[in-house]
Amino acid sequence: MPTAKFSRKLLSALSLALILAACSSQPPAPEQNAAGVESRTPANMDRSATTAPVESFDPMSVAALKDPRSPLSKRSIYFDYDSYIVKDEFQSLLVAHAKFLAANSNMKILIQGNADERGSREYNLALAQKRADAVKKSLSLLGTPESQMESVSLGEEKPVCTESTEACWAQNRRGDILYSGEY
Amino acid sequence: MKIKFLPLAFALGLGLIIPTAHAQLRVEITGAGANRLPVAIADFAGERAISQAITSVVRADLDRSGMFRLIDGAGVLSDKANPPFADLKQRGADAVAAGSTTETGNGRFETRMRLFDVIKQNTLDMEAYVHTSTQLRATAHRIADTIYEKLIGEPGMFSTRIAYVVKSTGRYELQIADADGANAQPALASREPIISPAWSPDGSKLAYVSFEAKKPIVYVHDIATAKRYVAANFKGSNSAPAWAPDGKRLAVVLSKDGGSQLYIVNANGSSATRLATSSGIDTEPRFSADGQFIYFTSDRGGSPQIYRIPATGGATERITFDGSYNVTPRPSPDGKSMAYITRTNGRFQLALMDLATKQTQLLTDSAKDESPSFAPNGRMILYATEVGGRGVLATVSSDGHVKQKLSVQASDVREPAWGPLAK
Repeated sequence: MPTAKFSRKLLSALSLALILAACSSQPPAPEQNAAGVESRTPANMDRSATTAPVESFDPMSVAALKDPRSPLSKRSIYFDYDSYIVKDEFQSLLVAHAKFLAANSNMKILIQGNADERGSREYNLALAQKRADAVKKSLSLLGTPESQMESVSLGEEKPVCTESTEACWAQNRRGDILYSGEY
Repeated sequence: MKIKFLPLAFALGLGLIIPTAHAQLRVEITGAGANRLPVAIADFAGERAISQAITSVVRADLDRSGMFRLIDGAGVLSDKANPPFADLKQRGADAVAAGSTTETGNGRFETRMRLFDVIKQNTLDMEAYVHTSTQLRATAHRIADTIYEKLIGEPGMFSTRIAYVVKSTGRYELQIADADGANAQPALASREPIISPAWSPDGSKLAYVSFEAKKPIVYVHDIATAKRYVAANFKGSNSAPAWAPDGKRLAVVLSKDGGSQLYIVNANGSSATRLATSSGIDTEPRFSADGQFIYFTSDRGGSPQIYRIPATGGATERITFDGSYNVTPRPSPDGKSMAYITRTNGRFQLALMDLATKQTQLLTDSAKDESPSFAPNGRMILYATEVGGRGVLATVSSDGHVKQKLSVQASDVREPAWGPLAK
């Protein structure tokens, strides 16, 4: 099953990253938080469903950001090849985040745009910036003030999937929403 | 006869950078040019007394340039006597280099090189180089440059350096090596990506983009001191640095005012002036050698194409029209042509355009070419490509005839930039 394979890969990548972080003699720098990607995988959803407490949660609380039952735990917006148009299917996700940001005006987000590996690195950096900007604009139209948002680009430099296949590239054409404390 | 001292300060400057273990880049020649000049490089008298032979490096340099056909079998020839002209002529050599290396005390050596015209049986040039035992390769590159210049009539590029990024698991290293890939030294290591290194016109600094602060920021790095400063760190993304020929300004791409747009910043990080305005993507700026124009990539016409704008701002002019993906413009040092990457049937290939006639030529048959960079004499182009899923560096002569690969074992190499001629 491709999703299981994908999550296993992610887990091994994460553990490798942890080992490297532990072994590295580099000056300490927080690792990139691949927010949204973890919680998106079915394996994580299953585990959370069995271990999470049954009680209700406040949908506007900070805890909701990482609660798999909350739409706020979904942080990724996916794009078509060479496109920076936010597809309609992500509208409900963006509405949830816009509402949360309105209710929590002290919280800020960093929107990181990503691109697949094909073509020029700098052009992909600009393309991924367009994706991050498009997510920011969508939130802006939903009432989120500019002061709560920054859109930046990681270009093709931080792929979550490294195979040269369309399935993999689709995972990498992405905008991620990171909240204060996650970046 | 001129006596040349190799710059010790430069060698010491590089020595300040902490060396780490890394494989040397390897040269693989996979093609050969048509009208190559036949030349014999004899072994120099006395050079075998030193551990590393100078003339083998000279031969490799000249061979790699694609401008020469090396004639073997000249044996050991000193600069102090005439070479066997008749024998060399019979072997087909038009020119021969002879020489000698002698120890002069205090760990110093003097290497002399004498270049003869085999047909006219006269001396074309005599040079002497004072060097240490750690400067053998550097001396050899200087000798190769001299031979190249005397026989071809334009400067060689063997004493230049290249910069590139090596990616290993969880680690990115910006390295500087000699133009033949030897003598690689790390200039910067990071756990986050480094892209787009660009040499300052005097070769003393590298501008690059680092993601260590979780977003792209442009830094300028002084190579001798290993000190660096931020050249562009505005809200949003900062990327694609390109030096103006005066070395005082950089063209960069900033998203601070929305979209990826072109700006000029002072190289010391002060001020940012917008150069152009479009509703789409503008990126990959690159100054023409005369500083008059800035070439860049833009999707303002619906697909990524190459445009140029006067460096002082003004009307843009579209340069590429064929195909739906033409990116990464690199105007040649003589201003007559432009290297760039074009997509054809899903393949990304290095192409060269004659800017006067707009005629284009594909220079490679690979599929994932990126980041072309001209040698300072314009005769070769260094670029990144992929072989077996691994990033490698390759060079191709500007006429497309001579190709070679440079590779680091078990690593991923990308983002090459060919440095300027040594001043």
